[in-house]
Amino acid sequence: MSKDAILSAIRRGLKRGPLPADQRAMLDGRLATHPRHLIPARSRVPRPEQVALFVRNVEKEFGSVARVAEAKDVPGAVADYLAAQNLAPRFVLAPHPDLAALPWSDRPMLEFEARRAQATDLVSVQHGYAAIAETGTLMLPSDPARPTTLNILAETEIVVLRASRIAGAYEEAWDLLRAERQDATTGGFMPRNVMLVTGPSRSADIEQTLELGAHGPRRLHIVLVDDDPAALPAS
Amino acid sequence: MVQITSPAFKQNVARALADAGLQKALGKAKGAFLQRRAEAVARLPEFEQLRNIGRDIKNHTLANLDFYLETFAANVERAGGTVHWCSTAEDARAAVLEICRKAGARTVTKGKSMISEEIGVNDHLEKHGITPVETDLGEYIIQLRKEHPSHIIAPAFHLNREDWEADFRRMHTDLPADRVFNERRDILTEARTRLRDRFLAADVGITGANFLIAETGSSVIVTNEGNGDLTQTLPRVHIALASIEKVVPTLEDATSLLRLLARSATGQDFSVYTTFSTGARRPGDLDGPEEYHVVLLDNGRSNMIGSEFQEMLRCIRCAACMNHCPVYGVTGGHAYGWVYPGPMGAVLTPSLIGVDKAGHLPNASTFCGKCESVCPVKIPLPNTMRHWREREFERHLTPAAMRRGLGLWAWFAKRPGMYRMATRAAIGTLSLLARGKGAFRSLPLAGGWTKGRDLPAPEPGGTFMARYAKMQRGG
Repeated sequence: MSKDAILSAIRRGLKRGPLPADQRAMLDGRLATHPRHLIPARSRVPRPEQVALFVRNVEKEFGSVARVAEAKDVPGAVADYLAAQNLAPRFVLAPHPDLAALPWSDRPMLEFEARRAQATDLVSVQHGYAAIAETGTLMLPSDPARPTTLNILAETEIVVLRASRIAGAYEEAWDLLRAERQDATTGGFMPRNVMLVTGPSRSADIEQTLELGAHGPRRLHIVLVDDDPAALPAS
Repeated sequence: MVQITSPAFKQNVARALADAGLQKALGKAKGAFLQRRAEAVARLPEFEQLRNIGRDIKNHTLANLDFYLETFAANVERAGGTVHWCSTAEDARAAVLEICRKAGARTVTKGKSMISEEIGVNDHLEKHGITPVETDLGEYIIQLRKEHPSHIIAPAFHLNREDWEADFRRMHTDLPADRVFNERRDILTEARTRLRDRFLAADVGITGANFLIAETGSSVIVTNEGNGDLTQTLPRVHIALASIEKVVPTLEDATSLLRLLARSATGQDFSVYTTFSTGARRPGDLDGPEEYHVVLLDNGRSNMIGSEFQEMLRCIRCAACMNHCPVYGVTGGHAYGWVYPGPMGAVLTPSLIGVDKAGHLPNASTFCGKCESVCPVKIPLPNTMRHWREREFERHLTPAAMRRGLGLWAWFAKRPGMYRMATRAAIGTLSLLARGKGAFRSLPLAGGWTKGRDLPAPEPGGTFMARYAKMQRGG
């Protein structure tokens, strides 16, 4: 009832009835083609500079990045980071096949369980789906293999990201999602939840002064696997 | 529920100007926002072009709002969610309560939402035995103090660090009374620890929505703390409160507006957490709510469509207008007397609660134009306030003394010769009275002006017209 009242009030204001079929078709077309608007020039640079821009932006937003040459180096990078931060070598791991395939036994000190996060987990290791160089932003869509709780409950979140998954602009990351995901229940590409994460949690609610470590992770660390030869820094 | 005190705006302002704590807080906080926004804008050369794009996206959506709302609702349902269409605040309160009751809820965590303030959902839940817990740091202390936000993105804008410490000591009585807050961070940590259990225990999580996306049926929240994500992920039920003008067609449209939002609001290039929620937990998911509801509120907005106030519906609630407003800068937000303060509130409040109650707000502007110049979607705020002044005048709501004053001015304004003579005489008198001083600290009949500020004395050289004529003669 409210629905009809709201829609007819809107139409009254617009001085028309429901849209005619041809105009609906035009708007459906706009939704289907979802045209891009202006994309800032800053991310439209060669691959190595795109990755460098991503790293610079993560650091500007108080995150940190460790670059490793190959996926097999990830357990070492995780262990070294936790040791450097004086954190216990224990974490909850995203139950993602790429992460399960890593040679964790190379670092036998590391203890982990692959599951969703609990309130008692201090460290999480998440799978990075994609990232956006424009602002140093991670794209973390929810998935049975990438639980949302890993992004919000732990004090320290480590994200394993492949350099080939760093896009220039948000629009390119949306296109990855559109192309790669198909949800059996909804028929659409959107998972239940997509988090775009830029740095660790913070608040400026006390006297408009920025403090890190509000309700989400206090630290955000990215282990960046250089799997993209075209994106390597010029040596 | 926010008590409407907008009719007492003048008394509210007098109180605000005399409130030393408030003036201290305003003085401290204001510069930070301006500087950070200016720096963020300077880092993005395309910012001005993006403002035009933002305006056009919103205009396109509003011209087809019925279509996009129906598309949005259909896609929410396709993703397993439910949309509750609510014409009034009362409908929305009832919808929220009903969902909470069905969920058997005892406590509800809440992310920051101005719609929640607008419909007064907290009082309603409490009245029915359900405890709402605000989790945004600023909203949390506001709830402890039983106050209302004084700013749309920084609810505790009016408070100083001492207030935080005192309130935390007063309310968190299970902690040692002599504990020391060395840094602001210690206050933040205490709130974090305190709220963690609340997040875990809540049965329902209520958030607002910065955008709704028709294409995907998603609601979007933007936060820096992560409280919104904890609120909408951990409980069994997620309710997103959103007003009808929040919808945009596609992810690309939302993305362009997001490029404007954080830069205009906090001066960040992007907020820490920008989260898109689409329906409930999917098969195989290990976390996330089992129910997803969108409470879609009209509450007077559909009447703004087709009126001279339609452009206000482009607003993305960044707060740049109030951050840059000389009036907000000295009165703070509470003086405005309802939910939305500053220039955007001066336009929106009369639309939602009536110009008879909120007529003072569009008059509380010097029309300096700063708000319009920083608005990310180019809402002509001063001009829209002027429309309210006209309506107020037409409906004879303007006070008699002011009407007489305006009538007198109009009489002179229509007679240029008389006008020039009168201004010449006034300037002469004022110059004599000023006796060479640059400004008046007090002046008979102008006490209302000089109580709060100095009145500049006329500069030597006569009226504008006299000087202009002299210049034309080549003098």
